[in-house]
Amino acid sequence: MALGILARKIGMTQLFVDGSAVGTTVIEAQPSTVVQVKTVETDGYNALQLGYDEVPERKVTKPLRGHFGKAGVAPHRHLFEVRIDDPDQYKVGDRVDVGIFEEGDKIDVIGTSRGLGFQGVVKRWNFAGGPKTHGSHFHRRPGSVGNCVNPGRVVKGKKLPGQTGNKRVTAKSLRVVKVDVENNLVVVKGSTPGAKGTVLQLRKSNG
Amino acid sequence: MDSIIRAVEKEYLQERDTSFSPGDIIRVHERISEGAKERIQVFEGIVLKRSGSGTSEMITVRKISSGIGVEKTYPVHSPKVEKIELVKKNRTRQSRPYFLRRLRRIR
Repeated sequence: MALGILARKIGMTQLFVDGSAVGTTVIEAQPSTVVQVKTVETDGYNALQLGYDEVPERKVTKPLRGHFGKAGVAPHRHLFEVRIDDPDQYKVGDRVDVGIFEEGDKIDVIGTSRGLGFQGVVKRWNFAGGPKTHGSHFHRRPGSVGNCVNPGRVVKGKKLPGQTGNKRVTAKSLRVVKVDVENNLVVVKGSTPGAKGTVLQLRKSNG
Repeated sequence: MDSIIRAVEKEYLQERDTSFSPGDIIRVHERISEGAKERIQVFEGIVLKRSGSGTSEMITVRKISSGIGVEKTYPVHSPKVEKIELVKKNRTRQSRPYFLRRLRRIR
């Protein structure tokens, strides 16, 4: 049962796990609602469409209003899908909460990283840069980007300046330190993508 | 959002008297495991500083051990710290009495 859930990053703190201090991230996951059950017969694959963060009806577009109306559930701000093996177990309107995770589980956390704007190669790719002093005129520049006439072009994938962050990032195999079903909280070891308040997708790791 | 983090931290805080402040003399009982055996080491000295808050609060304790100044830093709420005893309250005019490091004779 590969189930996932949407959540919000609350922030980081330091907790004692097995006697040692560990950096952890606190994640709040209000229960998600099953909006649609997709099956092989109707859609070609088995999946659940889940809605997260209820909103008033005027906040969603007319087509989405129809979609939620058909399912008979309140409109939600975010919709996402998780693949499952047994679609018969679920029906529209079911709630999925943090109880699907247990202490000690390994989970993947997917989110959008902090956007840092257009950055040079030193920040973006950890280039060393040149000397700051001793008459150097080569400080934070990328240097040569390739050869001369052979191949006569810059190879694809060359590390150059550009937009940094604000990109989908998956933090893999984070250990679940604590699950609090009552308050809808999950605490994982390590950091997760994005700033506080970022919407994250949690799912069980594959291995 | 911070209140949620404080609530999570609360379960990890040790129930102990942490009313000591810099300048006080305290006794820290630290649990040390050597292989399978566990023993308790006691470190008595003057609190030089308290830094941080919540679960990440640290204390620095200084004592003179056979003529040499020794400082140890402990997490206040670590489960490996068995207990912290307050030996003597002292009045300090500094919040961080670092001048003790340069004194010839203490206590």
